[in-house]
Amino acid sequence: MSRFHDLTQLPDARGHFGPYGGRFVSETLSFALEELETIYAGLKDDPEFQAEFDRDLTHYVGRPSPLYHAERWSREIGGAQIWLKREDLNHTGAHKVNNTIGQALLAKKSGKPRVIAETGAGQHGVATATVAARLGLKCEIYMGAEDVERQKLNVYRMHLLGATVVPVESGSRTLKDAMNEALRDWVTNVDDTFYIIGTVAGPHPYPMLVRDFSAIVGREARRQSLEQIGRLPDALVACVGGGSNAMGLFYPFVEDDDVIMYGVEAGGEGVATGRHAAPLTANAPRGVLHGNRTYLMSDEGGQVADTQSISAGLDYPGVGPEHALWKDVGRVRYVAADDDEVLAAFRELTLVEGIMPALESAHALAHAKKLAGEMSPDQHIVVNLSGRGDKDIHTVAKLDGIEF
Amino acid sequence: MNRTASNRIDRRFAALKAQGRTALIPYITAGDPAPAHTVDFMHACVEAGADVLELGVPFSDPMADGPVIQKACERALVHGTRLHHVLEMVAEFRQRDSETPVVLMGYLNPIERMGYDVFTRQAEASGVDGVLVVDMPPEEAGDNAALFAAHGLQSIFLLAPTTSEARAREICRHGEGYLYYVSLKGVTGAATLDADAVGEQLSKLRRVTELPLCVGFGIRDGETAAAIGRVADGVIVGSALVGRIAERADDPASIPAALKSILGEMREALDRDVAG
Repeated sequence: MSRFHDLTQLPDARGHFGPYGGRFVSETLSFALEELETIYAGLKDDPEFQAEFDRDLTHYVGRPSPLYHAERWSREIGGAQIWLKREDLNHTGAHKVNNTIGQALLAKKSGKPRVIAETGAGQHGVATATVAARLGLKCEIYMGAEDVERQKLNVYRMHLLGATVVPVESGSRTLKDAMNEALRDWVTNVDDTFYIIGTVAGPHPYPMLVRDFSAIVGREARRQSLEQIGRLPDALVACVGGGSNAMGLFYPFVEDDDVIMYGVEAGGEGVATGRHAAPLTANAPRGVLHGNRTYLMSDEGGQVADTQSISAGLDYPGVGPEHALWKDVGRVRYVAADDDEVLAAFRELTLVEGIMPALESAHALAHAKKLAGEMSPDQHIVVNLSGRGDKDIHTVAKLDGIEF
Repeated sequence: MNRTASNRIDRRFAALKAQGRTALIPYITAGDPAPAHTVDFMHACVEAGADVLELGVPFSDPMADGPVIQKACERALVHGTRLHHVLEMVAEFRQRDSETPVVLMGYLNPIERMGYDVFTRQAEASGVDGVLVVDMPPEEAGDNAALFAAHGLQSIFLLAPTTSEARAREICRHGEGYLYYVSLKGVTGAATLDADAVGEQLSKLRRVTELPLCVGFGIRDGETAAAIGRVADGVIVGSALVGRIAERADDPASIPAALKSILGEMREALDRDVAG
């Protein structure tokens, strides 16, 4: 049996992953979380609910997403074979939609007519606005004012989808502040509102249910590896902000002890500079934010630190609690890619394979390239290409001195 | 739980009960608008008739607070106010006031980062009486509650209109000092409240606890204080005070008088009810 079997039995009844996770929220939110927990417990193993989820993933999202052998890029690197799990080909262009489809079904079952979400790069916001449009739910998206500025395209997409985007001006005006504001909305409008959290963080049961809905990525990738490679891959690589796409890819491989996993955090200007968003790589101290205990970047007084990353979607000072545990027990190796490496990977995949990745996913690509170079051509790496890069064209163009 | 009157909070509520009076509990954020003023503001609150002081520990991500207290945190943090400064403020306050209970209110991360042992030792030494950690409900308190108790720090917990009866029992069992009943759904500083509905909820709670029931959220003036005072053992006023501080942030010398004015009005309204 796998020496990591115990990891598949988590969280415990109160949402703890070892010392991490939990439900650190104001009493005003307890009822809503208990309610969500009850709804999910009732549906989790309900075949009808699962069938509905699978149907939506097939016919609306377009699953399964391909596992693509990046032959030319692999050849150029001259090391291991790189395979891309093409979550960028999903409807709405990223892995985020898997989770929003699942949570939207929960919202529907709960009978609440309004959904809210926080978003960083806007991918989760777009995915939420999309499912809200489809189900006829009222939708408000909280987004840091700085991210509204750097992700104009996604803001407009959400607007077209009938959602209201609320720019959040408080704090550092990024993802964490959007999450604060969404929590404040939820506590005020809990009777008619379902909060669709976009990552494997937040109070219990969110890290668990976002993981469960995201794990379709890894289930497919595992099956596809067996079919296309003829065996399991040697390594998996995925970027980690809150950590939902990495969790989705990794979780179904947890007990495959020989599969080495790499979570790639946002190195920003370099982990050594302190201006990054890589709490695991930097060994940030344990802390509590947004309802869970995890590795958290904060100053000596416990004030949450400002983070720095070229990608809005990874610009978050904490990380999902299950990742925190996986670091401690050594199941996953957490590393960082800095902004320059990320941009190089973004350009390289675009030129060599004709696939433009999201800047978030380019973190995983940057590390996969390094890793592949140290491996041999008969070894295989599966990289989660978690999203497409259209939304980042503005950011990259600006660096090239081009304004639209 | 040690319910002897060794703690200032218990002593104060026992005395109020004997007099048939309602506790007036102001909240201010430490370090707002600048750290040098906080101790003066605390004394001003006591002079205006405060029975217990809730001192907010500023936090970068105050998730349960509305814009008024968010901005207070930002003003305090700009001046570098951290938890250890707040403890120093309490120690300074204690030099002139050894009787008024002080409760620290805030979020868990500053305590987590300081370390629970260091925090409890220093809080006890500074003269803190109670701790209300907004994002640490009883089930996540774990060993901390016992550690707090060992250092004479009472754990104050929140109750909400949505709290189930089973949870309310559990919270009441763990609670010490008093219970903070959140009068309405939402964040601090939110809209209006319904005193009758609050009264109904409180009478249900009285069946499961003997702890004093204090009500916060939505108390803004003498009238709302008196209305809640009729059904509660204490009224907690936060955003209304912090709003006054914000208006006068450029002229901090005028703030003590402003605090005294609004608290004095509340004190009078609460005591008038007793007399009547």
